[in-house]
Amino acid sequence: MLRIDHISKTFNPGTVNEKTALRGLSLHLKPGDFASIIGSNGAGKSTLLGAIAGIFTVDSGSIALDGRDITFTPDHRRSVVIGRLFQDPLRGTAPSMTIEENLALAYLRSAQERTNPFSRIRRRDKEFFAEKLKLLGMGLEDRMRQPVGLLSGGQRQALTLLMATLVTPKLLLLDEHTAALDPGTAEKVLELTRTIVADNRITCLMVTHNMKQALELGSRTLMMADGNIVLDVSGEERAGMTVDDLLRRFRAGTGRELDNDRMLLSD
Amino acid sequence: MRSLRPGITGAGAREERKTVLQIVQTALELGFQYALVAMALFLSYRILDIADLTTDGSFVLGAAVSVTLTAAGHPILAIPAAMAAGACAGFVTAFLQTRLGVPSILAGIITNTGLYTVNLMAMGWKSNASLLRADTVFTLLRAAGVGGEWYELLLSACITAAAGALLWLFLGTRLGLSIRATGDNRDMVRSSSVNPAFTVTVGLCLANALTGLSGAVVGQYQKTVDTNMGAGIVVIGLACLIIGETVVGRGGIGRGILAVMAGSVVYRFIYAAVLNTRIVPIECLKLVTALVVALAIAAPAIKAGAGLQRRRIAAGRKGGR
Repeated sequence: MLRIDHISKTFNPGTVNEKTALRGLSLHLKPGDFASIIGSNGAGKSTLLGAIAGIFTVDSGSIALDGRDITFTPDHRRSVVIGRLFQDPLRGTAPSMTIEENLALAYLRSAQERTNPFSRIRRRDKEFFAEKLKLLGMGLEDRMRQPVGLLSGGQRQALTLLMATLVTPKLLLLDEHTAALDPGTAEKVLELTRTIVADNRITCLMVTHNMKQALELGSRTLMMADGNIVLDVSGEERAGMTVDDLLRRFRAGTGRELDNDRMLLSD
Repeated sequence: MRSLRPGITGAGAREERKTVLQIVQTALELGFQYALVAMALFLSYRILDIADLTTDGSFVLGAAVSVTLTAAGHPILAIPAAMAAGACAGFVTAFLQTRLGVPSILAGIITNTGLYTVNLMAMGWKSNASLLRADTVFTLLRAAGVGGEWYELLLSACITAAAGALLWLFLGTRLGLSIRATGDNRDMVRSSSVNPAFTVTVGLCLANALTGLSGAVVGQYQKTVDTNMGAGIVVIGLACLIIGETVVGRGGIGRGILAVMAGSVVYRFIYAAVLNTRIVPIECLKLVTALVVALAIAAPAIKAGAGLQRRRIAAGRKGGR
């Protein structure tokens, strides 16, 4: 599904702020894989997601999605098949537009609607949106004509999740998407993520700072350090793993302690 | 503001002999004609969040194209031609800022400067042009016997209302929605598989087409065009936008479009009142307009500053940080 081969990225080359964020990183995700990434501060986790989403082009290496090379594809074209959620719940929605209008924009990604830019939101679309909103269990289906700016952070993040998956993407990128929410809401959004990803069999890559989450959620756990993947566990090996095991493996692999000021070792 | 050429005082004297009804009529006519500029700014400034300084130039461009074509005997064709010319000006500004990385304000200024020459060219390398006996869309309507004494108002209002309705319809389409989202959250537009460079381009072309339309109507109405007739139009348009939003209130797209029309009419009434009563000299109106716009746009910052001062005084501290 996703094949990343030896990608490297250096920001601000040749200046005092030079920072190599990715160093020849390779990663291969199979269809339906749900991988979570943990790692130290500045390990390159968000940069990796940015590279896949096309926020910048990598200096070397290649990225292919579903057999198609997307290394030089601009981000807005990649977003036809890649959904993305950020840590900041405000980044995924347009605040002055209504819930309905936001969903209509997200629905633009579906191929058959791209043909006519002058088409309007039809009743059928609205019914479809309401049906999907009901799945969130937040009562948003009754507020479809309200501006998104009136919603809480958790509601906006849930809506963003729905928008990113409204047209089933080939790949879903989650960048600590529950980190800015209060624990109750975070749990709710995470549960929604789990359901939506499982129901639609979406290939998913999630950055998290919650070690327990990284082991429990999905099918694969990756650890990053210094712009590369230093640990990749799945299957049987991962099933019996505890947070302590994970930390030990990290130390063995990199010769250092895992250092992330926001890392949650447990709940 | 040069709408009453030739000569401000001469026009003023002529205005004074007018009955109240005629004054109201003129204010409404001008209100609807200039409302198109305010509508353009609603699109570029409010929706796309871009201060488009192409406006001054594209207004004159619209008027120049319109008057030249009308003089050549094509008053109706002149209207879409002026809009197309305006759209081209908008495209240049959009191209500069989306593809060549020119900051948006500067892109508008650059286009505006270039337009000065283009406008001279459109007028046959003269700094002004007039229509003497040529038919305009207004005289055609009068000849058809539609609207009686009110034909000029009728036509102006119809054109503006039609443009407003079309804009409202357009902003509800998927392309319209992506333009609206561009001013709201560009990241989100990208993640909806739409290129913001494209939506900015469409938005600016459309806004300047509306400005060009305004110029086209004003040009045929006054039967004259002058290279300087666009000076300060962008600020007046913003004033109309702000007045309208104060009167009608802010809300959805429909309300915003109604607001610019109301604001423009109110502005022209204020203008007529100043012109006829001389509360302040008419020469000062642009300064007053500029002050109103500056204060209205600065209002949130002034409020925040005042709030901070109050808290500071309440906390019993004076001076320092």
